[in-house]
Amino acid sequence: MTIDISQFYQVFFDEAEELLAEKERLLLAVDIAAPDPEDLNAIFRTAHSVKGGASTFGLNDMSEVTHVLESLLDRIRKGEMALTAQHVDAFLAAKDILKMQLDGHRNGTGVDQDAVANVRMMLHDLSEGGVPAHHATVPSFLHAEPKEQVREGAHRYKIELPDLPQRDVNALVDELGLLGRVSLVPLAGGRSALIIMTHESLDDIVAICSFVLDPSDLRIFEAPPLTPEQRAIEAAERARIEDEQGYGFFDPAEPDESATAVRGHTELSDDERGYGFFQPIEEIRRDAGIAAEPQPQLQAQAQASAHVPAQDPLEAAAEKRAAKKAADAAHAHAESSSIRVSIEKVDQLINLVGELVITQAMIEQRSSGLDPMLHQRLLQSVSQLTRNTRDLQEAVMSIRMMPMDFVFSRFPRMVRDLAGKLGKKVDFITNGAATELDKGLIERIVDPLTHLVRNSIDHGIEMPAARVAAGKSEAGRLFLSAAHQGGNIVIEVADDGAGLNREKILAKAAANGLPVLDTMSDAEVWQLIFAPGFSTAEIVTDVSGRGVGMDVVKRNITALGGSIDIRSARGFGTTILISLPLTLAILDGMSIRCGEEIYILPLGFVVESLQPARADVKEIAGQGRVVKVRGEYLPLIPLHQMFGIEPHFTDPADGILVILETEGRKAALFIDELVGQQQVVVKNLESNYRKVTGISGATILGDGGVALILDVAALLRSSRQLADASVAL
Amino acid sequence: MAKTILAVDDSSSLRQMVAFSLKAAGYQVVEAVDGQDGLDKARQQTVDLVLTDQNMPKMDGLTLIKSLRGLPTYQKVPILMLTTESSDEMKSKGRAAGANGWLVKPFDPQRLIEVVKKVIG
Amino acid sequence: MSTQPTTKIDAHEGSGSEYLAFTLGSEEYGIDILKVQEIRGYEAVTRIANAPEFIKGVINLRGIIIPVVDMRIKFKLGTPTYDQFTVVIILNIGGRIMGMVVDSVSDVTTLTPDQIKPAPEMGSAFNSEYLMGLGTIDERMLILIDIDRLMSSGEMGLIDRMAA
Repeated sequence: MTIDISQFYQVFFDEAEELLAEKERLLLAVDIAAPDPEDLNAIFRTAHSVKGGASTFGLNDMSEVTHVLESLLDRIRKGEMALTAQHVDAFLAAKDILKMQLDGHRNGTGVDQDAVANVRMMLHDLSEGGVPAHHATVPSFLHAEPKEQVREGAHRYKIELPDLPQRDVNALVDELGLLGRVSLVPLAGGRSALIIMTHESLDDIVAICSFVLDPSDLRIFEAPPLTPEQRAIEAAERARIEDEQGYGFFDPAEPDESATAVRGHTELSDDERGYGFFQPIEEIRRDAGIAAEPQPQLQAQAQASAHVPAQDPLEAAAEKRAAKKAADAAHAHAESSSIRVSIEKVDQLINLVGELVITQAMIEQRSSGLDPMLHQRLLQSVSQLTRNTRDLQEAVMSIRMMPMDFVFSRFPRMVRDLAGKLGKKVDFITNGAATELDKGLIERIVDPLTHLVRNSIDHGIEMPAARVAAGKSEAGRLFLSAAHQGGNIVIEVADDGAGLNREKILAKAAANGLPVLDTMSDAEVWQLIFAPGFSTAEIVTDVSGRGVGMDVVKRNITALGGSIDIRSARGFGTTILISLPLTLAILDGMSIRCGEEIYILPLGFVVESLQPARADVKEIAGQGRVVKVRGEYLPLIPLHQMFGIEPHFTDPADGILVILETEGRKAALFIDELVGQQQVVVKNLESNYRKVTGISGATILGDGGVALILDVAALLRSSRQLADASVAL
Repeated sequence: MAKTILAVDDSSSLRQMVAFSLKAAGYQVVEAVDGQDGLDKARQQTVDLVLTDQNMPKMDGLTLIKSLRGLPTYQKVPILMLTTESSDEMKSKGRAAGANGWLVKPFDPQRLIEVVKKVIG
Repeated sequence: MSTQPTTKIDAHEGSGSEYLAFTLGSEEYGIDILKVQEIRGYEAVTRIANAPEFIKGVINLRGIIIPVVDMRIKFKLGTPTYDQFTVVIILNIGGRIMGMVVDSVSDVTTLTPDQIKPAPEMGSAFNSEYLMGLGTIDERMLILIDIDRLMSSGEMGLIDRMAA
């Protein structure tokens, strides 16, 4: 009987992924100066477990990497080696490599073997106790990294480098290694020289060097090619180094020593077989009460007598069955504290509950007209039904809710790497990781948030020296938080960096042909950065600032039914606030009437409602009307005009104004009447129709009719012309 | 009546593989995710054989073995260590703790079944 | 079987296809019955702001929101009245549900390939690309419409071109 273990691959892939994520989390959190032994043990275990699984399932590339990792970690946790920042860096790099290899096995994606080799080299260097130099320094005519066969007629150059940081030297060796064979030679005073054997022109070589240094600082000599004797010595040295390391970069992996197949146990030693016993097997079996040799017919009796000798065998068997059942139940309970359910099933469940809510609302409405005295019990049942339905709805919605930690957890690593790359120091603080958000929204918020975080680090937080000069702490603070506010979740990305530059933004906007006014409020100026193609970064850095970012971020947020606000102060920092509806499916709404039509306003955007005094409404020639509310003039948006409705009132003083606010804008929506407030189930129009400007969705009212939900942000945006004119007053 | 084996390992993929293989060979299997869980499950039901990994959170393999040997019902139940190396240190520690033998990881299911059969039939 | 010019009908193994016949103005039209989900009366439709006149709005069809178009307005046929006799044919076009208002619905007719003649190039309210042919039974003539193609077209404006 052969057992196919490939069915467990998927389980291992998931498990390994979790272990790697755990390892990263632990590494980022560990205190290098005074590491907690438990943390070190936990980190060791993650590597150990990955190695165990990788070996078992034949993923040799991963088990090789984890092998070195594991031995290093073992030494560290036993106190034989001190944990340093270089170790953490190397371990994190190893985690990346392992993830890449895992994805390669899982999804068939490519694996960068050079990167793998580099990491293994780094780990090996650490094991030797040395500072991980990228390449071993070897005598002058030896090669460290043979990347290509160099044909006859190549040149050998010796390039003496000026004083450079090790990182730059390594980078040069990498780059030049692509042109030919490169080795590194130490010079006096801590400097190095490169020996390169190449076909490329000296100009190309110098060009590459000028990325990290001034070419005039280089001293270049042409060296004579190697004699055959020298080449032979080289080859021998290279072989020796590879032997010592235990790895040859281009050799296939050696099979794991313990994974040999069982050939016949009488000929092999325990170690060769891979298992052994501390006493003769007969003794073990006898002690356990098992017959000397496997004889099936004796097994049952031996079994029954083995563990409960004093009892009647039948009773013992029954007891055992009962115990087993309990064990199984406990076992099942421990294993199944969560179950996997397909998203479609969950969505269907949510839809059905949504229907139930609508039906319940209909029942409530139709029974509201009944005489309470005559139908007391019916009405009681109806209100019970309402309570049950609400509870059910909440419970079902919470199925799709996931904590923001899913999003937040990606950032520590990214912030660390990015800050390091840019030479900045950033303290990353999160708050409200437990705040929950609908799964669908979580997935779609990741990209926009990532962009904002990168922006803060790239453009917001200044270089350490600049910060100190400005009297700030050397390390910038990047703050990411999430909290519930009404029916929304508010996510904040804040930094204490340089803040937005108002003049620059206005200038850029004007240059781009956007309508700007010097008298625009700060909030409105900040909103300009969401215009397409807008980027005030002088150099388009690799990180962000390509000008495609912010407008896409905004579009993503609005598509989710949310809004984005910016606050900033020059020299102090920038805060970006994203407000999203808790779920796409349910909304707290204010129903309003205009003409004979009912519309729904999402409550989150409503500031207040009022009936204005006639005197407070003013007309701007040819542009529309504004209304004075609490001392400020707001554009008046007559809904009947926007939607071509025949209204009951054309004079705002007779109707109602609903003050709306979003994205730094405020306006007064002029309608006929307020109808009420209720929670509505949002249905989208696009499934069977299309997107309608000004409308964000639809809902079914208690009477079975359809009401459209207003897209407040869109309404306010279209009123911009009015806003500009209003300040002239 | 089938014999019951307690398999203790924090790696779920390995545990599942072991359980599957042993069940296919006709054994009943109880799984535990770490030493503490293993001890709890061992107490709930006296099994015929214990297979335990070494490096686990909450309670490691050696501690589990010592604890089991401290229970009256587990004086003579065969216990095998699942270990990643076959060093002398491992062997002496294991023997001292009370294990009956060891099996080196990675192993293939065939060898696992063979070893288990040898010990409990 | 007599030779005839190919029509756009995909006949089912010689046994004929079924068509729902309905009237618009003075003409009778037919559409593939398989695209028809149900037939309803005309109920309160929620208007959609700034939509073309022939898109009357949306209705609640057992919990889903679907658009309703009035073919009489779109193609300038008949008089658009809305009373207890007004009929809305609920269509399912590739998973999208929508309703179309017509004057009345007659019956379901089976047409065999030999009962269908090619449609004339001109003289119809509908663009010929939406016509599948002319069906004749007894004295009646049904103008057979490719309702799928018509409803998905840009001129109806029912589908976001981006999303399509």
